[in-house]
Amino acid sequence: MGRKLNLRIFRGNAADGGLADVSVEAMEGEVILDVIHRVQAEQMNDLAVRWNCKAGKCGSCSMEINGKPRLACMTRVASFEDGETITITPLRAFPVIKDLVTDVSFNYKKAMEVRAYEHPVDLKPGDARMQQIDVERSQEFRKCIECFLCQDTCHVIRDHEENKKSFAGPRFFIRLAELDMHPLDTLRNRKQSAQAEHGLGMCNITKCCTEVCPEHIRITDNAIIPMKERVVDVKYDPLRWLGSVIRKRDGIL
Amino acid sequence: MSTSLGRYNYDVVVIGAGGAGLRAAVEAREAGLSVAIICKSLFGKAHTVMAEGGVSASMGNVNSDDNWMVHFRDTMRGGKFLNHFRMAELHAKEAPDRVWELETWGALFDRTKDGKISQRNFGGHEYPRLAHVGDRTGLELIRTMQQRIVAMQQKDARDHGDAEKFIRVFAELTITEILKDNEKVSGVYGYWRETGEEVLFTAPAVIVATGGIGKTFKITSNSWEGTGDGHALVLKAGGRLKDMEFIQFHPTGMVWPPSVRGLLVTESVRGDGGVLTNSDGVRFMFNYIPDVFKDKYADNEAEADRWYTDQTNNRRPPELLPRDEVARAINSEVKAGRGTEHGGVFLDVSKRLPADVIKKKLPSMWHQFYELAGVDITKEAMEVGPTCHYVMGGVDVDPDTAAAIGVPGLFAAGEVAAGMHGSNRLGGNSLSDLLVFGRRAGIGAAEYVKSSGKNPVSDASVKRAQEKVAKPFTQAGGENPYTLHHELQELTQSLVGIIRTKVELEEALKKIAELRNRIAKVSVAGGREFNPGFHLSFDLDNMLLVAESTALAGLTREESRGGHTRDDFPTMNPVWRQSNLICTFDGTKVVVEKIPLPMMRKDLFELFDIHELEKYMTQEEIAMGGIN
Repeated sequence: MGRKLNLRIFRGNAADGGLADVSVEAMEGEVILDVIHRVQAEQMNDLAVRWNCKAGKCGSCSMEINGKPRLACMTRVASFEDGETITITPLRAFPVIKDLVTDVSFNYKKAMEVRAYEHPVDLKPGDARMQQIDVERSQEFRKCIECFLCQDTCHVIRDHEENKKSFAGPRFFIRLAELDMHPLDTLRNRKQSAQAEHGLGMCNITKCCTEVCPEHIRITDNAIIPMKERVVDVKYDPLRWLGSVIRKRDGIL
Repeated sequence: MSTSLGRYNYDVVVIGAGGAGLRAAVEAREAGLSVAIICKSLFGKAHTVMAEGGVSASMGNVNSDDNWMVHFRDTMRGGKFLNHFRMAELHAKEAPDRVWELETWGALFDRTKDGKISQRNFGGHEYPRLAHVGDRTGLELIRTMQQRIVAMQQKDARDHGDAEKFIRVFAELTITEILKDNEKVSGVYGYWRETGEEVLFTAPAVIVATGGIGKTFKITSNSWEGTGDGHALVLKAGGRLKDMEFIQFHPTGMVWPPSVRGLLVTESVRGDGGVLTNSDGVRFMFNYIPDVFKDKYADNEAEADRWYTDQTNNRRPPELLPRDEVARAINSEVKAGRGTEHGGVFLDVSKRLPADVIKKKLPSMWHQFYELAGVDITKEAMEVGPTCHYVMGGVDVDPDTAAAIGVPGLFAAGEVAAGMHGSNRLGGNSLSDLLVFGRRAGIGAAEYVKSSGKNPVSDASVKRAQEKVAKPFTQAGGENPYTLHHELQELTQSLVGIIRTKVELEEALKKIAELRNRIAKVSVAGGREFNPGFHLSFDLDNMLLVAESTALAGLTREESRGGHTRDDFPTMNPVWRQSNLICTFDGTKVVVEKIPLPMMRKDLFELFDIHELEKYMTQEEIAMGGIN
């Protein structure tokens, strides 16, 4: 049931590299990561590729397949035409370390810049009571597997290194939204900080991030747009501004 | 080489950044120590993210009859009474606090109607006990602790001007050796995957939290990291492995397509009503209820079905028997020719729950089958079969402090540690194990460091470690590590798998000895920078030691119990229950030794019905009634 597959795989590092042509056998039901592993075992023993679970749950095997940010473990070989040459390259928004592996430390730095969850000081462990409907909004964002495909595809930083300093990216907008909508988080002004410190305003809602999300998180509709709208409301409506000052929690307006 | 050697000093080094490692790190930092967390992969990718069903804790939110004693009993039963009673006791008592604590760090579990943490049914648990977030509970756990560590770093940045002053994550760093000087731990040695540059950590205490060994087998639910690194590092450092014959084959792995063979299908599918049928359409689990479980499991479909709505007046469906029972049953059905086209059985939830409920309760399962197998589980049955999932055996530890027996300064927690689960682990008891014993390892290490002080690494230790790392590059003409790995996996799968015999285990040991000679001569192509072949050459050595321990212990234990089934000794033997098998490494091969299993305390013994204990224990033990 096997079929021959023609791949063009990036080999090299940040300083030097290019696409290498390779032909490999693919079996029924296989995904791109399977054929990369076959190339690695049989033809290129030192081909660098990140992967862990091979089940779409850990977000390690992010790469670009025919120019699209994808998880290699969730991209089926059957979705390509017979005879089609498949080009496999590392994530473009991050510096290449070697072959298909990139330096994604940008994302961990940004994670460090988002102020952590703050639990109400007087709420003892086990005493929290929340309704399912109230936790679900944040739960959607907590599905994130940190594959960073949304970061890779986002055109604010994809080809604009200079924006990285002031822009946290979609992954961290959903983190901010998650905390903003968390029924218990006591730290206020999450969305204002998204705007002022994390570059929310630079996003112009092209929804590319939502399209590539393997967890189908509605990044733009459910996190970015609601935060943008409410930032504007709070900024320009004196009554709402006052309300947000008086209320203990301003997350759910 | 030593000129470019990176050197770090910490109070505690934690090897492994899954649930147990992160929980240990949090605790050690809170005790005021400096902590290095070493990840084999990127931070937040550890195998814990794969845990689906939930974390077991007798909070009693769904059924108020639940309490630690019921949980303790279930755990001991599941482990066929080979568990270390003290670990099972601590685990059952402390799990609720560990779950609630996660909530104070921002975790968002699914809720009950009255706003508490929801709990679901699972195999072997008498009451709904698993706190969960859909079917991605492990991800919630790891992300919560990852964010907890970030929170601690942010605080250190505010208080001390440096986020990484007291706790730092070293991602994509591989540890090749635990160093000892003066007969106790002095540090660890390893290399960065990105550059291949070597690193020395000096630390008086090392916590091993490296998880499992699944990659030793061909069909497994484990990710590439599950290569038994911690098991092997501890063996080589002079520690002891216990219960290595007990390996859990999860009953429901995917069987098709071939590339996803082994991938986990969560037990929640059965907990939420999924039934197992063979190719004749028969719900076969009714034929496989062992005598010891007859009073707790329904022997007819009508009662089993009623249980989902009325758990007080009905016995549980046999699909929810402990994992070892279900795995063996599926194995038998397939062997008897009643399997599916691809060598599994059917697991069907589509006729039991409406499509929208399935998608809500089991979102990642729906995803996994739809995207990888083209199967819509809201409309059709899944094909499933056993997959290597978890190792009950591991480092022999002190239950209260998680200190590894025989190596001062060494600690172990999580899957890499033994004792908690006996011969078979209940679903949901793994995530709680990580939290309970991860925390205890953190406390244990902190107390040890405070009392023992520093222990510098000698130059001789460093030199030995350096030579080992250089070896695969210095020998030309050896074999390709990928081929050797493939052979090892074939060997364990066919000779040390779910059903074992004396002849096959002896053959396995012979082949393992041959492989050892070949692996010693492995050579690696390419350079040091992010070279997976180089990495695999170390993993291979680790997997080989694990496979040898499992085969040897398996050959020695002449009975069937939990995750160890001998075709030539098909029943449980109460005399064998009184012993654990200990594996050590003499430098060239693994050696096995029998030691007595610690006897249960009287107060715990009395939690059980005597008639139940009679099924597991000898008359003398029953007469003694536990010890004071």
